[in-house]
Amino acid sequence: MAERRVKVESEVGLHARPAALFVEAASTASGDVTVSKDGGAPVSAKSILAIMGLDVRNGDEITITADGDDAETLLDRLVEIANAG
Amino acid sequence: MGDTLSGVGVSSGVGYAPALRLSRATPEPSADARHDGDADAEIRRAADAMEETARDLTARGERAGGAAREVLAAQALMARDPALADDVKRRIGEGATAARAVSEAMAVYRDMLAGAGDYLAARVADLDDVRDRIVARLLGVPVPGIPDSETPFVLVAADLAPADTALLDPERVVAFVTREGGPTSHTAILARSLGLPAVVACAGADGIVDGTPLLVDGVTGQVMAEPGEEQVADARATAAAREAAAARITGPGRTSDGHPVPLLANIGGPQDLPAALENGAEGVGLYRTEFLFLDRADAPGHDEQVAVYRTVLEAFPGGKVIVRTLDAGADKPLAFLPAPAAEPNPALGERGLRMLRRHPLTLEAQLAALAEAQRSTDAQAYVMAPMVTDVEDAEWFTAAAAKAGIEHAGIMVEVPAAALRARHLAGAADFFSIGTNDLTQYTCAADREVGGLSRFQDPWQPGVLELVAATAAAAGQAGRPCGVCGEAAADPVLACVLVGLGVTSLSMGATALPMVRAALARTSLAECREAARTAVDARTAEEAASRARGHLPGLADLGL
Repeated sequence: MAERRVKVESEVGLHARPAALFVEAASTASGDVTVSKDGGAPVSAKSILAIMGLDVRNGDEITITADGDDAETLLDRLVEIANAG
Repeated sequence: MGDTLSGVGVSSGVGYAPALRLSRATPEPSADARHDGDADAEIRRAADAMEETARDLTARGERAGGAAREVLAAQALMARDPALADDVKRRIGEGATAARAVSEAMAVYRDMLAGAGDYLAARVADLDDVRDRIVARLLGVPVPGIPDSETPFVLVAADLAPADTALLDPERVVAFVTREGGPTSHTAILARSLGLPAVVACAGADGIVDGTPLLVDGVTGQVMAEPGEEQVADARATAAAREAAAARITGPGRTSDGHPVPLLANIGGPQDLPAALENGAEGVGLYRTEFLFLDRADAPGHDEQVAVYRTVLEAFPGGKVIVRTLDAGADKPLAFLPAPAAEPNPALGERGLRMLRRHPLTLEAQLAALAEAQRSTDAQAYVMAPMVTDVEDAEWFTAAAAKAGIEHAGIMVEVPAAALRARHLAGAADFFSIGTNDLTQYTCAADREVGGLSRFQDPWQPGVLELVAATAAAAGQAGRPCGVCGEAAADPVLACVLVGLGVTSLSMGATALPMVRAALARTSLAECREAARTAVDARTAEEAASRARGHLPGLADLGL
């Protein structure tokens, strides 16, 4: 299982457009993809409701994990979304 | 021939099509609703309803474009949420019906978002909308919102909120009929901006059955159910004759004896520019920037604001464009500028400039974007603040504008105290623009959205006319322009009266411009003044209008 810790640079955090892009990207993965904030319980990155519920804001630190062969590429993409916008 | 209902005609023209109702309420599936035992079949029903809802939201978003597309795409993701689907499946497995399971599963997320602070509270409305759409499908009741119809229809509703109308397709809707609302309600303003006939405060609107053919006359306020062919033809001929008379007059606004009255457009964004230019607007008298901010989780960024403002300024080279800074609060709440506390009377609360004084960085960002947009165009950018109450407000705002490098800063006069003290405010602002909708609301203490108070939402109320007169006189003495940008300016008879009261320019929804131009062109300045004097002296609103009309003989051949 691959893992990344990121400090979210997106101005609006993981809300609005970045949240939707994040979930869309995670949903393309075949395996499980999770996100947790401040060492809390991980939630599915494929669930927009769970992501919104985390209330990730600019400057928050999150941990993203992914399974499977394409995990590293997917994590690169997710980190990019968390830091854009 | 069927029944005739009557209401208040607020946007001229005639529309004829079958009625379709805007539905908002979806019933709550009862707590003891149990399915008949085939859980797999019930799970499939739920999954189908969620997927169909997601597809419908995506398709609506594609059609709407812009910011609405993003909101709807996020809603489609909610309908397809795998965690939600798992929860629904589990609840159906325990015996709940599909509708009840969806309702319960979404309530869990709703509580989570509602409890997570202001930022997420705005998303609760999006989530509720998704739930209502899925549950309505499962219960077999109409899906809430603007009906999606392939053929033209008359939209019938209790009232229309700005959010309802964001996705409205003006190609399909031929007229509005609402039970609530007055001449200055959102329905009225939207109808005029789209050039659609509208009747508001129509008490019988609730009894109109979907599919009933309706003939809507936006001048007389009559709504006829199942009219005869001849009646439809007559109504259309009258409307066409009036429009033809108005279309014959072109050029800048002036009275028959040449007194210039610049005729400007009220716009909500670049999408309203084509109508403004087609109808000969000489500039923009009111650019309502809040539409750029509504229905979003966060404020638009600098570049986005600059681009939008520049598009508007470029449409009027050498012309005047008056930009109203963000008017949030009351009936236009913004997720990222929440009221500091619950407000029992939001119209009397933190709105307009009051809100911006609490969030000065939002105003600063807007003024900076406007200043930058202005630098690359030939238009003259003016800014004005809504809901200015006293000299301190006016001075605070003009100082902020000056700091941003914007030379022309004025104020809206819509609070009676500001109108009464206009002689003092004139020293602090470059110009006035009277917002007659809110001025009427506050002068008569009658909420704009309450249908039962339409008698008091009438800018012909002599108390309102008197405040307009005081404001215009104070501006004139100080050598400052004083425009009107409320819907009063769109009434051709009242427009003549306003000019007679000393108002120097008129700004309105673009489709009203030709009729007002025609009315002024048939009337001398002396007639306007005489009509104004007699209207202010009248005892009632009705008497004011009828007396004024008596002094404006040129309007008869416009059918006014």
